[in-house]
Amino acid sequence: MFAAEFLEPAEDVGGPAQPLLEARRLTKHFIRGSRLFAGKRAVVRAVDDVSFSIVKGEVLSVVGESGCGKSTLARLLIGLIEPNRGEIIFDGELVREALTLRVLRRRVQMVFQDSYASLNPRITIEETIAFGPKVNGAGNATACKIARDLLAKVGLEPNDFAGRYPHELSGGQRQRVNIARALALAPRLVILDEAVSALDKSVEAQVLNLLADLREQLGLTYLFISHDLDVVSFFSDRVMVMYLGEIVEIGTAYALFQETRHPYTQALLAAMPSSDPERRTAKPPITGDPPSPIAPPSGCRFHPRCAYAEAVCSVKAPQLGPIAAGHAVACHMAQAGSGHSRAGQPLQRQSLNA
Amino acid sequence: MLDAAGAKDAVTVLVDVRDLYVRFTGERTVYALNGVNLSVAQGEVLGLIGESGSGKSVTLRALMRLLPEHKSQLKGSIAVAGRNVLALGPKALRELRGPVVSMVFQEPMLALDPVYTIGQQIAETVVAHEGISHWAARKRAVEMLEHVRIPSARQRLDAYPHELSGGMRQRAMIALALCCRPKVLLADEPTTALDATVQIQILVLLRELQRELGMAVIFVTHNIAAAAEICDRVSVMYAGRIVETGEVSQIVKTPLHPYTGGLLACSVHKGHRKGRLQSIPGSPPRLDQIIQGCAFAPRCSHAKPACRSGEIPMVQLSDWQAARCILVSERTLPRTH
Amino acid sequence: MSAVSTEFGIAAPAIRAGYWSGVRRRLARDRVSIVCAAILLAIVLAAIFAPYLGLADPYLGSMIRRLKPIGTPGYPLGTDELGRDMLSRLIYGGRLSLLIGLTPVALAFVIGGMLGILAGYVGGLVNQCIMRTADIFYAFPSVLLAIAISGALGAGIVNSLLSLTIVFIPPILRIAESVTTSVRTLDFVDAARSSGASAFTIIRVHILGNVLGPIFVYATSLISVCMILGAGLSFLGLGTKPPEPEWGLMLNTLRTAIYINPGVAALPGAMIFIVSIAFNLLSDGLRSALDVRG
Repeated sequence: MFAAEFLEPAEDVGGPAQPLLEARRLTKHFIRGSRLFAGKRAVVRAVDDVSFSIVKGEVLSVVGESGCGKSTLARLLIGLIEPNRGEIIFDGELVREALTLRVLRRRVQMVFQDSYASLNPRITIEETIAFGPKVNGAGNATACKIARDLLAKVGLEPNDFAGRYPHELSGGQRQRVNIARALALAPRLVILDEAVSALDKSVEAQVLNLLADLREQLGLTYLFISHDLDVVSFFSDRVMVMYLGEIVEIGTAYALFQETRHPYTQALLAAMPSSDPERRTAKPPITGDPPSPIAPPSGCRFHPRCAYAEAVCSVKAPQLGPIAAGHAVACHMAQAGSGHSRAGQPLQRQSLNA
Repeated sequence: MLDAAGAKDAVTVLVDVRDLYVRFTGERTVYALNGVNLSVAQGEVLGLIGESGSGKSVTLRALMRLLPEHKSQLKGSIAVAGRNVLALGPKALRELRGPVVSMVFQEPMLALDPVYTIGQQIAETVVAHEGISHWAARKRAVEMLEHVRIPSARQRLDAYPHELSGGMRQRAMIALALCCRPKVLLADEPTTALDATVQIQILVLLRELQRELGMAVIFVTHNIAAAAEICDRVSVMYAGRIVETGEVSQIVKTPLHPYTGGLLACSVHKGHRKGRLQSIPGSPPRLDQIIQGCAFAPRCSHAKPACRSGEIPMVQLSDWQAARCILVSERTLPRTH
Repeated sequence: MSAVSTEFGIAAPAIRAGYWSGVRRRLARDRVSIVCAAILLAIVLAAIFAPYLGLADPYLGSMIRRLKPIGTPGYPLGTDELGRDMLSRLIYGGRLSLLIGLTPVALAFVIGGMLGILAGYVGGLVNQCIMRTADIFYAFPSVLLAIAISGALGAGIVNSLLSLTIVFIPPILRIAESVTTSVRTLDFVDAARSSGASAFTIIRVHILGNVLGPIFVYATSLISVCMILGAGLSFLGLGTKPPEPEWGLMLNTLRTAIYINPGVAALPGAMIFIVSIAFNLLSDGLRSALDVRG
């Protein structure tokens, strides 16, 4: 009886039209170094004024390189960190006001990247999965039953795997345990933070198939954080590209990959190694490393590395504005009258092949 | 190098590995390599593709005798630039590492010494191997940093590894590996830990450096696309054996071995949206005992009883492609797309 | 890290082993640790069951039989400066010496461990307060600190136990805080926090198991130091008072006998040495056994 209660996700409050999660102007800055003896403190602007929403039942992917803030964003959405500014609204209820953190934890869960640090090496995986329900009031027996049911659901035979320790599992198996742990509280939104990035290709395919099945079976919504654009284009409904703490482009997967409007997205697509040995990449799309979010450039944060940058780009920061239904870009080139010579024109296809 | 007709010139073979077996002892016995044969000619880039547990990193480390001495047993023959690596004494081994063969690792933060500047590390290596003055070594260090396209190389000489970004650190490590002009470069997943835009820069850099210096390169990766960018030939490893080897375009377009075919089929292709991904059922075998027959047979949809016993030989299908599969001579596997 | 072990193709090992049973197995195979553990066990048991071992009275002296050498019939290890049997005094002395060596470390382990884990988990201002207070004590050399506190509290066993406990809390606290901080940043702790667990539950289930090992090893390495400090306090007259047998005190009272019968004068020192080494080697063995991943 308790078990059934636990494995039921919370009810839909607002109906299908209401976004499952809405982030409004989320900002998180970290201060590097000690607060006590502060001279010139370095401020890491991890997430800066980010607003977006997640539709019920969709897969929204977040793409970006180091320093773009996607991991910080994930931790903000799940309530592990408190934002400096901004709000999170889950199915119409304001988090930390109408919706307490304790309740939010039952709605949003996270699957971490596979590593030895994602599972407690000193307890069995059954105990790991049962921890969430136990903490939320389930009895020992109920929690163990939930754990075993979930192990079966993710494709690990409970009698064989329940008593194992993390070091006795392969990478793919550990990730399945991570997924089972995330599902133990029957969430509605699952955040997958580079959940398949560390896996071998054949294992990645298995886990992606499992995630697709679970989404259908349990009616889940995913926020899928990844750096692998091939997987993102396969798996997502919509895609959001972040750079240095800001959203630079967001739209359907088709729009982002076929009608790219932001130079950074274009560079990311071009940076994927060509799997055709006869058409190799002759020149990298951009040079240099992703900059650190401590002292972001003035104006548009991408302008130092942008092939199309002009004077207006270093002065004025572009706002995220829609250019088509469901497709928004933060770039002066996309907005007519912004002062950029190419304003209003679509991007040229860059040819970088030998 | 290959000419237009596909035939090889008579060039020097710089790396020649025959029947290499590596076993790890200790708390657990692991048969990491089970009969590896490979050869790399001067100026050629060989890719070693495989997943975790395939033995690709072990192969590289065996080439430089970097495996832990007490826990590993090596059998077979390894010849690098004519030298029999397994028979070298400590002094000869030191002379091999650096000027003859050198390695680039996956995690530059772990491979670079955090308490010395990168200029010091490069200069120290050059002085140790070539005996030139410290001032001349510093000059060489600046040259190397410029060679790997680090901007403001002279200032960066005095930077510590943690002061550099990920891409810069990797370039510094490449500079360190190349400073004594080795003939053979071993690259162990050098781009896996890097961001996408940096990864492609390093791949292009490695390709250009390899052409300039005419080195033989062995490039280990699990990413077939990265291998396609940089390699001339590719060997696919599974459970400590090489299961297929050939020119990279052949392997990518018409893989012979079922494992290679499975690997290519389960990577997400451009334009593939939704639906299910093909995957290889099961998981790689445990390596704590010697496997009879084909290591891939339990997971192979084409497996026959003959696959599970005896030694499966490498079948040479043509000048440029060979696979360790008894079904190869009967048919080739079209790439499922 | 994961690249190293998954390279060995782990799929389903035959022996199911938790971490602690693996530790026990490795310890059982370590001969040095076994020998040290046996020696310590023998000394501890002898000390506990001293009255039943048929020894001479440790307090009964004889002015005639002073400073007899080792091997005198009836006095296997000789007699001290007041004619008391050395063997008996050494074994009875073990009671107090081991008590003074082990109790402060045990108490400091509990108190310092708790404070350190708390400071490490909570972070922020609480961490700063606890750590900086500990730093103040840590800044003093342990010998001087022990003497100062003992001197202020007065001589006697209880006071010296108290002062030694205070001396050993800061180093254990430091280690505890440092280990806890490194465990706290791992993903599985974040996962536990995101399931809504209270801090206490997270510490109990997830932190303790990963942190007690290193702290315990460090604490056992402090036992020998504590014994020597305790002996030092007794030597200076700040700990045990005569005629109680205690190795440090015996070193003091036998000081003047070093020219007459150096063998006997060195015996209490030899006991301190043996027990210290045994604890150190055991602590080393424990650290090796705990160190292996999985």
